[in-house]
Amino acid sequence: MPQLLLKHPRSYALAVLLGLAPVPLALAAPAAAAPARAQAVQIRNFAFVPAILVVAPGTTVTWTNADEDPHSVVATNKAFRSSALDGGDKFSFTFTTPGAFQYFCSLHPHMVGKIIVKAP
Amino acid sequence: MTNDRLDRRGFLQCAGWTGAGALFVMSGGVAGSIGLDSAVAAPARPGRVKPFTFLQISDSHVGFDKAANPDARGTFVETIAKIRALPDKPDFILHTGDITHLSKDAEFADADDIVREAGIPVFHVPGEHDALDEGGGKAYLARYGKGTQGAGWYSFDHGGAHFIALNNVFNLRPGGLAHLGDEQIAWLKRDVAGLSSSTPIVVFAHIPLWTAYAEWGWGTDDSAAALALLRRFGSVTVLNGHVHRVLQKVEGNIAFHSARSTAYPQPAPGTAPSPGPLKVPAEQLRSVLGIRTATLVPGRDRIALIDTPLA
Repeated sequence: MPQLLLKHPRSYALAVLLGLAPVPLALAAPAAAAPARAQAVQIRNFAFVPAILVVAPGTTVTWTNADEDPHSVVATNKAFRSSALDGGDKFSFTFTTPGAFQYFCSLHPHMVGKIIVKAP
Repeated sequence: MTNDRLDRRGFLQCAGWTGAGALFVMSGGVAGSIGLDSAVAAPARPGRVKPFTFLQISDSHVGFDKAANPDARGTFVETIAKIRALPDKPDFILHTGDITHLSKDAEFADADDIVREAGIPVFHVPGEHDALDEGGGKAYLARYGKGTQGAGWYSFDHGGAHFIALNNVFNLRPGGLAHLGDEQIAWLKRDVAGLSSSTPIVVFAHIPLWTAYAEWGWGTDDSAAALALLRRFGSVTVLNGHVHRVLQKVEGNIAFHSARSTAYPQPAPGTAPSPGPLKVPAEQLRSVLGIRTATLVPGRDRIALIDTPLA
């Protein structure tokens, strides 16, 4: 559950201190967050797949570049921006606020995608 | 606005000239040589068009090591070795971008070391792979931007022809093609304003200035505004890289030519799911990489171009 570890380092440290496994993390920070979710976008053949992804608030989206060419993931509204992702590289961003986030590849701007964040 | 142009000093600086020898000049059809110091000090003199040859190389992608060419550095070294061995030394080289694969300092430094072996001046424009640093191109400009305008555009005169280097890869915008921007187009207008329409024009930029294939982003969204400024000239040659293959198109007095890469080929437009690196059998690789030789002959509207495979 790497996303949990990144998102709640202090909670995790507390959990470790208390000798708890990561599973009871919710107990350590019961009101802190929506349930952790993870979703993936593949970058393949110069396209984001899926091009449109609907996620719940609190979801961490991980892009993986499956091409030989580098790509990037850049929000049109500058909410997030990856560095150049070479083949096999990944980039993650956690979406907390509802809304529609358009993004594109700054190397190949014809590559566009959208993350729609809304409560289930 | 001649002050916008590189003077001779700028020419030599931009070219990264490091040779200590003499510089040959043609004046009134008489060849002479002057010391480099006096060449730098001398004001640029408008000359008549005279025959000369330059080269175009492109898309060296130093740092690329994937299946399509596990040693892109090696094929770039081979390219420069071929240039160095040419019996008739060309006047200079234009490198039309994607010098590096990932804009790393080590890749830029490596590429510089390799290209210096050619022993002739090299003029650069950036490709989108040269703008992947945190600063979105600052690393490129720190190395190649001295004496240039805006985001690295510039021009110079050589042999009676006017060369214009454009940058259409910085600040690319979502959903479309490459982009020059109003500031660069305004500079271009001033740059060519004082030129006679009989001056041969050579424009070089990374991404095509005509729409070679929109679905793959092979075009420049505001190129029409730039080309409109060049239509009055009798001979305009536009050289680009990016597509890793020889493509050409003629539109009135403007001829567009894209060049091969020295690193790896890409598919023909629409023949593959994406424009990514195309793997060919290893023994065929060098037949799809190459060098372009350009010869400018007075009285001919078209520059003579010869695309030579690496092997």
